[in-house]
Amino acid sequence: MDRRGWLVRILAGAGAAVLAVALAVPVRQGVQAAPAKPGEVKVSFVTFLSGPAAAPFGVPARNAAEVLVEQLNAGKAPAPYGAVGIGGVPIRAVYTDEAGGADKQVAELRRLVLDEKVDLVIGYISSADCLAVAPVAEELKALTVLFDCGTNQIFEDASHRYVFRTAGHQILDSVGAARYVLRADPRAATIAGINQNYAWGQDSWASFRDSMRRLKPGVRVVAELFPKLYAGDYSAEISTLLAARPDVIHSSFWGGDLEGLVIQGTPRGLGKQGTLVLTTGDTLLPRLGRDLPEGLVVGARGPHGALAPDIPLNRWFKSVYTDRYGIRPVYPAYHMAQALLGVKAAYERAASGGEWPTKDQVIAAFEHLTFETPSGPIQMALGNGHQAVEPSAYGVTGPFDPKTRERRLVRVVRFSTACVNPPEGMKSAEWISQGFPKARCP
Amino acid sequence: MSTLTIIGVDGVVFAAWLFLISVGLTLIYGVLRILNIAHGSLYALGAYTGATLLLAYFRHDLWPLGSLAVLPLAALLVGVTAGPLIERGLLQRMYGRDEILQLLTTYALFLILEDVMKLVWGTSPYYAYRPYGLLGQVSLGGVVYPGYSFLLVGIAALTGAALWAFVNRSRFGRLVVAVIHDPEISVAMGVNLPRVYVVTFSLGAALAALGGAYTAPMIAIVPGIGVEVIVVAFAVVVVGGLGSLEGAALGALIVGVVRSAAVHLLPTLELFTIYLVMAGVLLLRPYGLLAGERVRRL
Repeated sequence: MDRRGWLVRILAGAGAAVLAVALAVPVRQGVQAAPAKPGEVKVSFVTFLSGPAAAPFGVPARNAAEVLVEQLNAGKAPAPYGAVGIGGVPIRAVYTDEAGGADKQVAELRRLVLDEKVDLVIGYISSADCLAVAPVAEELKALTVLFDCGTNQIFEDASHRYVFRTAGHQILDSVGAARYVLRADPRAATIAGINQNYAWGQDSWASFRDSMRRLKPGVRVVAELFPKLYAGDYSAEISTLLAARPDVIHSSFWGGDLEGLVIQGTPRGLGKQGTLVLTTGDTLLPRLGRDLPEGLVVGARGPHGALAPDIPLNRWFKSVYTDRYGIRPVYPAYHMAQALLGVKAAYERAASGGEWPTKDQVIAAFEHLTFETPSGPIQMALGNGHQAVEPSAYGVTGPFDPKTRERRLVRVVRFSTACVNPPEGMKSAEWISQGFPKARCP
Repeated sequence: MSTLTIIGVDGVVFAAWLFLISVGLTLIYGVLRILNIAHGSLYALGAYTGATLLLAYFRHDLWPLGSLAVLPLAALLVGVTAGPLIERGLLQRMYGRDEILQLLTTYALFLILEDVMKLVWGTSPYYAYRPYGLLGQVSLGGVVYPGYSFLLVGIAALTGAALWAFVNRSRFGRLVVAVIHDPEISVAMGVNLPRVYVVTFSLGAALAALGGAYTAPMIAIVPGIGVEVIVVAFAVVVVGGLGSLEGAALGALIVGVVRSAAVHLLPTLELFTIYLVMAGVLLLRPYGLLAGERVRRL
């Protein structure tokens, strides 16, 4: 071989080596080494621990997290959640107050992820907080599970990789309420709404009103009232509703506002001359007991609380929660259970190979997951597998049951997920305005 | 019944509640010259104390209507305990200081009291709604009103009249008026200024608590109920004129009727009505409707 031939061979060899290295690098980067099994999974639970939303929502949700973490860490949960903690690793809970507004929550999320180094965040009751933290969670690449907020904008107006929501959005409450009301009273012709004056109240009323109009063309709106959040006094609003005499009154009031409306409305006959629909009314049942009037249409933002199915997982959850706190869980507690059990199911599915999963593997396992909860199976069906759908259920307050110290719900109707949720890829407003395409109702 | 009459009735009922929650704030400002942000907490203290007394009352199977007389007792309890404690323990150190410092102090007090109430009563709601239905209902042209609403109107009128008589007809009231006009001259004339301050603050605290106690049967008592009250009470006393008792009554009536009209006729505007009234009055009369302009002393 002459000198020229040697040179060609050397250059070709060097080129092949460079090519091999160049090809090898991405291959190595694509395969992440499995992380070592950690000593604990650090989870931050963010709910309202102060302010008016604490008692009705934040504290029940926090309590659910507390009792579930204890039960899971002790390995006392029933199947399929019998493994200790998450995949054998104990959960360490960090409780954070959601009060203070969206800007504060954004700063708190950064602190939790960057300083506190939590493995994931489960939180947020306020829709405003959910909307504010979602893009920041993406920026931080922090696994964040929204557990309770109701706005449908999160996954309809954006797509997320690190953010999940394990509860259905508000559309199922409004569409379910409209379907229930018309099933109970097909002659209903006039409707009125009393809803709190912010995103939740306005969106809930708009989707209920539009659903009613689509389901029964010709339905007339006779009053639309939006009192201020935490207003306390509803005398004038109740007078307006009584004077307008609608067939149906819709309210998505919650917490102290809901209780104030019922306390002030009951002696005045609100709900007697027409049907009063309370989409979050389940929270009233254990609170007001016998004093809650009969004949109110009550929802629980899904099949939760008094509307939860009688299945072993629900019986266990109700029992451990009631034993600990002396009152049965209401829907925010069920939403918290959904989030924590969803996370556990996703981690354990991702770790089924035996190795502790990477964040990407957890995300892949969480997407489109179906998992068991005290409210029945939950599917992550919307938002590319990041947004849960839930069935809806409504009932009417009936006779007082001395055993549960609550009014029993009668004439309960359950609507399947396909009946009250828009299909994947379609926005809720379009779904309603187009007459609920692809909806499958019993 | 015509819409106008319904607006009138609803307006007066709401005005009565507004007057009860705001008159203590204007009294304290008029004498002590301190805008008490913790007024909302004193209202909440009254609501919690009232609810606790009501629940205890109904446990003993007593005459139900007697429960309505328990509520002023709650106001008295708050007035004679929290009032002197706050005024002597904290506020007396703030007299003559910068207004911002006074504001921050009462705001800090508001936050402390919110946590104290959580420690004492917990975070679960309290319900004491039984008295709300005790006075029956009054049907006015198809719209049913609870008798309790008219009791509120009576309590507000009685409170206003008693307060007016106290300030204008009693010896101590005249001392208060003297202090309002000129604390320095009053001291020179032998008025016991600390006594006037502590009594006035305690009276203001009792009035806030009275508002809370009579609201207790209408609501679920939860942490944070005082937040909204301070905003509304402030708007009412600004409209009437800070420091003016008659102003608080007039401000409450105007805000009550305008809000009621908005709820019935233009519900979308309801949220802004209180602030619209406040902005309108401040544009025309920067010191409120019934407060005289402050004389600048050299």
